[in-house]
Amino acid sequence: MLVIACPFCGPRAENEFLCGGEPVRRPDAATGADGAALAELLYARDNVRGPQDEFWWHKHGCRAWFRIRRDTRDNRILP
Amino acid sequence: MRYSILSLARNALSGHAHWPRAWRDPPLQPAYDAVIVGAGGHGLATAYHLARDHGLSRIAVLDKGWLGGGNTARNTVTIRANYLREPSMRFYAAGIRLWEELSRTLNYNVMFSQRGQIDLIQTWAKLRDVKRRQAALRLIGVPFEILTPAQARERLPLLAPEAPVRLPVLAASWHPTAGVARHDAVAWGYARAADAMGVDIVQNCEVRSIRREGDRVIGVETARGFVATPRVAMCVSAHAGDLAATAGFRLPIETVPLQAFVSEPLKPMLDVIVNIPQFATYFSQSDKGELVIGGGADAYPSYAARGSFAVIEEAVAAMLSLFPALKRVRMLRQWAGSIDLCHDITPILSPAPVAGLSLSVGWGSGGFKAIPIGGVALAHLVATGAPHPLAEHLLLSRFAKGRPLFETAGASNRL
Ligand SMILES: Cc1cc2nc3c(=O)[nH]c(=O)nc-3n(C[C@H](O)[C@H](O)[C@H](O)COP(=O)(O)OP(=O)(O)OC[C@H]3O[C@@H](n4cnc5c(N)ncnc54)[C@H](O)[C@@H]3O)c2cc1C
Ligand SMILES: [Zn+2]
Repeated sequence: MLVIACPFCGPRAENEFLCGGEPVRRPDAATGADGAALAELLYARDNVRGPQDEFWWHKHGCRAWFRIRRDTRDNRILP
Repeated sequence: MRYSILSLARNALSGHAHWPRAWRDPPLQPAYDAVIVGAGGHGLATAYHLARDHGLSRIAVLDKGWLGGGNTARNTVTIRANYLREPSMRFYAAGIRLWEELSRTLNYNVMFSQRGQIDLIQTWAKLRDVKRRQAALRLIGVPFEILTPAQARERLPLLAPEAPVRLPVLAASWHPTAGVARHDAVAWGYARAADAMGVDIVQNCEVRSIRREGDRVIGVETARGFVATPRVAMCVSAHAGDLAATAGFRLPIETVPLQAFVSEPLKPMLDVIVNIPQFATYFSQSDKGELVIGGGADAYPSYAARGSFAVIEEAVAAMLSLFPALKRVRMLRQWAGSIDLCHDITPILSPAPVAGLSLSVGWGSGGFKAIPIGGVALAHLVATGAPHPLAEHLLLSRFAKGRPLFETAGASNRL
């Protein structure tokens, strides 16, 4: 069980949270309606093997979104 | 050599000391007509069908470890067709028909045991969903019935009598053609049959990158040097992202741990697969007597094939609420695999954005059942360049068209 530090509530058990995954780059206006470019933004993932920035949501707590950095090889949460 | 009662008798007389090797350990050639990356079930089945049905002669299957050592070795072997979407139902139903013949096809006992699956339904929403599935499955010829709680208890004496649990059983579904098979035997059976047709299965040979010239694949860079080939098929499950990156594209896939655990061996007590969809928990009893139990996928991406304790807790709680007789059963082993979870939980069996490269990835928590039909479909794609008629819903282009095919039937959807 991971212990995740919510910036507002402090360290809590992983099942209070929902992982929002790696940050997705927002489409800019120029991307417009091009399906392939939009699919790349919406669905494609770097699926990093190693340290990655990710969003978490304190679903069963204060319901805030925040970012942490975690190594996906061993789940260690990095400063 | 053909395995038969005669070969068994002959080898018994010589103390089983002279069985020939089941497959060769061939040297890597500098060039092939097709290279398959990943000797899991999908890679091996694809090689078999390329050689048998499409007459390709110089085929290699390369694996960074040993054949069948990936998720194929770690799965809980449930084979079924009661998926959410109609094209998925058709695809897996065709898969079951191949499973029914597989031991004969491969001359290898894959121990397919069509014992049926019971899903215990605990919410009205799920009951409505199962009734819709029943109608849809009936239209394509897959037997699927709804049972009353009393009928379910008759079929499943272990299920607790009417009890004051939070979510009582409202109904059950019965999928008689579902079954289980021996995971290793599937990999070994395809490996042996492919090898017999001249396919080179090269183990301990990692593919480090895919080499392209312009928009075309020209070969793969391996731990043992460059191999030239005009056709590459990627069957590497959770490692798809790494390899795709070397060819210059990304996939809608995340790598997530999925775990399973087994109990101590028990007397025969359960002759069907039990699924508790509300809690993404399912179990069956192996021939050795162990309960083989699977939970949901972990709730965050990770390459650490360990699995979270939270998932075990949830799975065990769900199981015990309906099967309190199992309270004192001890668990023997726990493990996890890294699964390749596609954004819409539907796999990708498709040409890649690079010509000559085909993908069979994103099988997630459900690709074991798809090995025979996936092999047929990928071999068809690699050999002809066109998608197999049963696999047109698996193309990568569905995302660019804004038409992902959301499946929720797998163990992997817990939102
Ligand atoms: C705990 C668990 C339970 C499951 N339960 C079920 C179930 O009940 N029913 C079901 O249908 N499915 C189930 N699955 C899913 C199923 O196991 C997989 O979808 C299926 O085995 C995938 O087969 P594959 O051939 O695509 O991949 P794998 O069997 O993972 O094979 C991929 C191979 O590629 C190799 N490889 C990777 N990268 C490279 C590289 N760069 N170079 C060379 N080789 C490489 C690996 O070594 C590996 O051997 C389960 C999975 C898990 C983990
Ligand atoms: Zn909080």
